[in-house]
Formats: sequence, structure tokens, C-alpha cells
Amino acid sequence: MQKLVEIVAGVTDGSLTATAVVEEHLGRIKARESEIHAFNLVTADQARETAARIDADVKAGKKVGALAGVPIALKDNMCTRGIETTCSSKILQGWKPPYDATVVTKLRQAGAVVVGKTNLDEFAMGSSTENSAFGPTKNPLDISRVPGGSSGGSAAAVSAGFAAASLGSDTGGSIRQPAALCGVVGVKPTYGTVSRYGLVAFASSLDQIGPFTSDVRDAATLLEVISGHDPMDSTSIPQNATSLVSVLEHGVKGMRIGRVTDLPEGCEPDVLARLEAAFDALRKAGATIVDVKLPSLQYCLTAYYLIAPAEASSNLARYDGVRYGNRVEAADLNAMYAATREAGFGEEVKRRIMLGTYALSAGYYDAYYGKALKVRRLISDDFARAYKDVDTILTPTSPSTAFKFGSKTDNPLAMYLCDVFTIPTNLAGHPAMSVPFGVGADSMPVGIQVLATTMGEQAMFKVAAELERAS
Amino acid sequence: MPEQISKETVVKVSRLARLSLSPDQAEKMTSQLAGMLEHFRDIDALDLSDIEPMTQPYPLKNVMREDVEVKSLDRQEVLDQAPAAESGRFRVPPTIGFDV
Repeated sequence: MQKLVEIVAGVTDGSLTATAVVEEHLGRIKARESEIHAFNLVTADQARETAARIDADVKAGKKVGALAGVPIALKDNMCTRGIETTCSSKILQGWKPPYDATVVTKLRQAGAVVVGKTNLDEFAMGSSTENSAFGPTKNPLDISRVPGGSSGGSAAAVSAGFAAASLGSDTGGSIRQPAALCGVVGVKPTYGTVSRYGLVAFASSLDQIGPFTSDVRDAATLLEVISGHDPMDSTSIPQNATSLVSVLEHGVKGMRIGRVTDLPEGCEPDVLARLEAAFDALRKAGATIVDVKLPSLQYCLTAYYLIAPAEASSNLARYDGVRYGNRVEAADLNAMYAATREAGFGEEVKRRIMLGTYALSAGYYDAYYGKALKVRRLISDDFARAYKDVDTILTPTSPSTAFKFGSKTDNPLAMYLCDVFTIPTNLAGHPAMSVPFGVGADSMPVGIQVLATTMGEQAMFKVAAELERAS
Repeated sequence: MPEQISKETVVKVSRLARLSLSPDQAEKMTSQLAGMLEHFRDIDALDLSDIEPMTQPYPLKNVMREDVEVKSLDRQEVLDQAPAAESGRFRVPPTIGFDV
């Protein structure tokens, strides 16, 4: 399958047409989408129109953008004007946003071709896409297994060759974990580097948009396009996008890579073996492996599963059957709210709204939410100490390879444990990415996670590129 | 940390969250939340008395802009997506006159 950078080069110099590229991807969608269910919506007509326009521009000698002709899939929690955006929830089914998310505007300006909106766990709450109101996405590498989540559709779309790249959102690992399980690259950038205007909010102090691609160079290329300050997002960092493609060939000589000596337990041995192989590869390439301690890491799950639901319970209060989405009629306003939300939200979303409302309610705030915020500080301080000694840290992305459908759905806590290695990054606001690095005992891909400090994307990409060369 | 969560508390919280849970759902939710909250007791072992809470990753301050007119969303396009609208406004069921 063609890389994003090859498509851009070919379309720009006229050796490829955007139309041919798009047709090739639509062909693969037609062949396998009924089995995979990566998409909530395939926008084939719009994709063909966009491709034809780009081809006309190339023919007319006009300058085309940095993503000219690249078929891209968008997680269905990013607003697309006039195109249904559901968050895989019944409550938003049929809703056509009146505006484009900033990332969508940037993609269109760069000449990308949106091929569809991808499936997710409802409102991005989950680690397997089994919480989608419209049915799960299958892992393209083994359809008896989950693709991970919550951005499972976006990961599967790239893995199956339905799109050259996709965007997802990551609140506690929702880009990195599905990337690992589907054998693709997934990046969660520093909080504030990619605008969230038009991303449906889950937990606002944690959410971040990022790319899925089939290799590290494509990820760097796409991330450069979508990054940068946006006045429409008040949490957006006021600085320009960092140059990433330029550092990919720098190697890791002299870099200090952290090995966490007190990593939480529960990781499968075959995954840990790949982590050791990754350290070996980096050592051979001239990096130094340094032991670091992150004692608060073991408390991350608790902090996250109090903070994220608390923020979600507030963010999801807007789904009240008044301004958008669906309504269940009732005699008075309060009864309408309750009937609408009861019918519109799935079980996991209700569970998290309940947990969050409880953690924020009078009498329990200090014991739960207040404490969780203090633990968040401890984690951030742990990282700050570690990054005095190292440039990046390596962990597994997920404690296991892709698991079977239904194996964790009866036990919410077992599902939450999938996020144990990815959550700390979101709490600290740091960047992290997952890179495929071999396979586990079941021949399914293993992802290695590269973590860095705030705005440490260059160091992170250097290490990721080295791991890719060694894999 | 507080006592184990009761079904009465769960029902009260569901009202605060504007969710109407059936008795069966409330029962199931109580046991699931109790299981999670039990797991979350691990942070009780930490001494957090001198720790400053961290609400977000950055020390963000109010973000201001010049007070100039900018284009906003098209009103009709927004109302077209509402469950019920009338005369340029969202339409809702009666808000008073019922026992809430």
C-alpha cells in the first residue's frame, strides 16, 4: 500500500492522479468494509469530487497542498459541516454539524481527501470499540479480535488500507492503544499543539487529536500539517508547528532513553520481551538506557478514572434534547431531559456520567475528585524528575496484544486496565506515540510506546524512527 | 474515604445527572460503582496534604481577543439540526406548572 508521502509526491508531480488514488482506496473499502466496519459513514461522492478538483488544479499548474490527494479518514467525533457526526451514539445520530473542526479545515486546505467518518466507542469511552452504538469494528489482522479503542475505526481504516492516514482523539490512550493493536503508528501530541475546536469534548483537560499512519514519516508529515495555534481553541499553545520530518534521520546516538523500573504489573511476558528488544535496538544505535522511577504510576488508573468521568459528566450535560441530536418527548422539561438521555446514551457512557457526577457531588468531592487532582500533580512531578535524566521513556503501549471480542465486556475494570501505560501521558499533558515493533506469542502486533516531555516531539520522533528502522 | 456507595445514593446521583435508571439498572450500577470505588481506594494510602491539585496540564490564563465583530454560525443552519425549533428559537416542553 502506498505511503502518504508517496501519494503527495506522485499527485504533485503528476505521475499519479488523486482520482486513481481515491478509487483504489474506495475499492478496498468496497471489498472489505462489510466485514471490518471501520466506518460509520463513507463519503465516496465527496471524496471523488475533491479528488477531481485536485487533479484539475495539478493540470492547470496550480500549487497544491502538503497532503494533495491523500485519502484520510476522520474519527466520527470531529465535526464536518453538513456531514453526519455521531460519536457512535444514538443521541447524536443524524446530526449534521453547522461547522468544520479546525483539523478538518486544515486537512481540506492541504488537499487531503476525506473518505469517511470512523467508528469509535461511544463518545470515545472504551478500549475496544465494543461500546459503539452501531456495532464493533473488527481488527483487520484477525477479525475475531478487537481493534482497540476508542479510535478503533481510525486504526482499522489505516491497517486495512481504506485510507492512507486517519485522525483519532486520545484522552487516555485512544490513539496509541488501537494503533498498537492494529499494527500502525499512532501519535498523541503535546496537549495544546493540535486545535480541538470542533472535536466533541470528552474530558477537556486530557483530550488531544493526533494521527494514525502506516509509518513514522507519514505521521510526522501529517502532524506538521494539523499542528499550530488556533484562536478558536483557548487551550491551544500560541506557537507554530514543530518541524518533525527534518529530524527523522538524526538517529539516537547520545540520547538517553528511560527504562521504568517500577512499571505497573499485569503486562504479558511476550509484550515485555519486545520492550527489551526495543531497548537493545536503541542501545545498538548508540543510545544510553537509563533506569528511572515513576512511583506514582501505579495510582494513575485511579486518578484518571475519577478525573475523566468527572469532566465527562459535565461535558455530556449538553446532550439534553434541546439544541442538537435526538429527543424523547415528555410532558415537561426535566422529564424530557431524563427520557432523552436514558434512551440516547449507552451503558458505558451512563456508567461514567454516574461515576463522574458522584465524584463531583457535595460530600464526596474532596474524597474523590479533589484527591485525584493531587495524584495528578504527583505523576506530573514524577515525570519532571525523570526527564532531568532522560530524553524519552519507553514502555509497552498496551499490556497485551489485541484481545478477543467479549473477553472484557463484563468487567469494566478489566477494560480500564488496558489503558494503564497510556493514561499517565494524558494526565501530564505530554506527547507519546506507539510504533509497531514485532509481534507477540499470538503473531499479533506489539506496539512500543515512546514518551517525551512537553513539546518533546522531536526527541520522540527520533526514537520512533530508529525503532522503525530496527523492526 | 466514604462508606460503600448505597443504592439510595446511586438513585440520587442519577437524578442529579438527569438519567432515569430502572430499579434493575440502579441495582447493577450500584454494584459496578462499588467495585470501582473499592479499587480507587488505593490512593487513600498517599499523604496528599501538602500537594497542590492539578486541574490541567498548563498554567493557562484567560485568553483575550480584540473586541471586534466576527462571523458566527448561521442561525438557520443551527436550528435546522435542533429536535424542535420555532420562530428562530429552540422549542422545549413546558418548564413550569409541573411537579419537578
